[in-house]
Amino acid sequence: MTAWPRWGVYAAAAGLLAVLAFASLSAGRVWVPWSAWAAAADDPRWAIVFGLRAPRTLLAILVGGALGLSGAALQGYTRNALADPGVLGVSAMAAFGAVMTLYFGLAGGAPWVLPAAAMIGAGAGVVVLLVLAGATSSLVTFILAGVIVQTIAGAGVALALNLAPDPWSVNEIVNWLMGSLADRSVEEVRLAAPGVVAGCALLLTLGRSLDALTLGETGARSLGVDLGRARLLLAAGVALAVGSSVAVTGVIGFVGLVTPHLLRPFVGARPGALLLPSFLGGAILVLAADILVRLTPAATEVKLSVAMTALGGPFFLAILIGMRRRLA
Amino acid sequence: MSGLGARSLDVALGGAPILRDVSLALAAGAVTAIVGPNGAGKSTLLETLAGLRRPDAGAVDLDGAPLLAMKPRERARRIGFLPQTPEVAWAVTVRTFVGLGRTAFTGPWGLGREDQAAVEAAMRAAGVSDFAERVVTTLSGGERARVFVARALAGRPAWLLADEPLTGLDPGHALDALALFRGLAEQGAGVVVTLHDLSLAARVADRVVVLAQGRIVADGPPAACLAPEVLRAAYGVEAVIVEGAEGPLIEVLRRAG
Repeated sequence: MTAWPRWGVYAAAAGLLAVLAFASLSAGRVWVPWSAWAAAADDPRWAIVFGLRAPRTLLAILVGGALGLSGAALQGYTRNALADPGVLGVSAMAAFGAVMTLYFGLAGGAPWVLPAAAMIGAGAGVVVLLVLAGATSSLVTFILAGVIVQTIAGAGVALALNLAPDPWSVNEIVNWLMGSLADRSVEEVRLAAPGVVAGCALLLTLGRSLDALTLGETGARSLGVDLGRARLLLAAGVALAVGSSVAVTGVIGFVGLVTPHLLRPFVGARPGALLLPSFLGGAILVLAADILVRLTPAATEVKLSVAMTALGGPFFLAILIGMRRRLA
Repeated sequence: MSGLGARSLDVALGGAPILRDVSLALAAGAVTAIVGPNGAGKSTLLETLAGLRRPDAGAVDLDGAPLLAMKPRERARRIGFLPQTPEVAWAVTVRTFVGLGRTAFTGPWGLGREDQAAVEAAMRAAGVSDFAERVVTTLSGGERARVFVARALAGRPAWLLADEPLTGLDPGHALDALALFRGLAEQGAGVVVTLHDLSLAARVADRVVVLAQGRIVADGPPAACLAPEVLRAAYGVEAVIVEGAEGPLIEVLRRAG
């Protein structure tokens, strides 16, 4: 398929995002029809829309965008279509950082403690990943490095659960680990937004470097790209964006993996051209998934992370089969 | 002093010395061929000359200024580098790929009008315009090699350093590529290529540098450097040189006993 013109992709993505955002504000146990929007603020449903759903919608856009963009940037840098903050353990490291604050009871101290710990965790994850994978950037090394990071984070979280002082802390940690957008307030939006915006801004400056990396590391350097600087921006951008996302929603996997894949047929494979569309695409994906889990008839709402994994797992498998066919 | 110069380069990789005390002064407007047996250090020398490898001792100067002190972007505008086995990580079109050759010139908004003109000209020169919209990873080896040359030309470099650019090219396209390099040199660019085909090196190069075990063993006009005794010393082979219609033909007979 030939790539769409760039403005066409942006227009289509922005349009879809607007429609879904509107649907996200309207949909749920209580359906808010268009007529209620026009009514004055004395309608009780007004409180549902602005008090409960608007933060959730905004958060879905921020977190989905952060994860989609981080996935696209990581894939571009590693030249590896399987890279994703979830798959490579960066989200797990962020969760580990956050869980530490829950475990030690620090999270209650100040609202910024948990997000800060999550960002530090995510940053440590990216740094360990880049160091372990080194300059080789071979597919196997990178995925193995991701497995190691994931394992370390998993072990840390398991240890925290193991040593938890009482069943309530266990419950708190487990509940928090299963990523969700339910019952989030303006407070969470306020906590996540600065990190997400700053991180995404850093990642969006990487376009030219990621494009040049299509030629490999030597090729990119011969084109005048400062790879040390690119690595630093990538690590800082992913740490800020993923760290602050995980801090308010827990781990939501596969967004960064799936989004660039779905976009390549429309945008083309040039990594720089995928960045901004991946932000929009990630936001669309999370927003749509969140509307679906809200509408699923079940006693308790299905957690968003569970739904994403149910969708993302088979997708991951399909990519792998496709790659194997190509390599065979 | 103008030109690209190396002063007593020493380069070691993983503890093993690759280049030993290599000094070279290259002038623009000429084609220089670097030849030598496998493992002689040709690629390492080319990478060091391109500013992509920091020598353990010695320095490379471009027009009198130390190359490593130059901003990467500035260096990339002046020196085009074509690696031996270029990587193509993503399934991008030929036009997009050749456009990457303009990286050192573009701002945040991508290719401008002048960049696009340079890309089209480079694709025409390398003969890849006909498949500009095809995906690079689906091309044949020879087509790909020409796309790589086009990518290097898109930056309109004052110096083109190409490592084995003829690999995978059939005789016709190899001659086309060499004619392209000659043309660049005649327009004033400095062209440095590593080659394995000694007859082609003798034919196209103004100057030949013979490298063996990390040292320069001969440096000068092709007729003097591609002599039987030099080839015996560098490659360990017996060769005869026959005067052909288009230049000398170097026929390797056997291993030197």
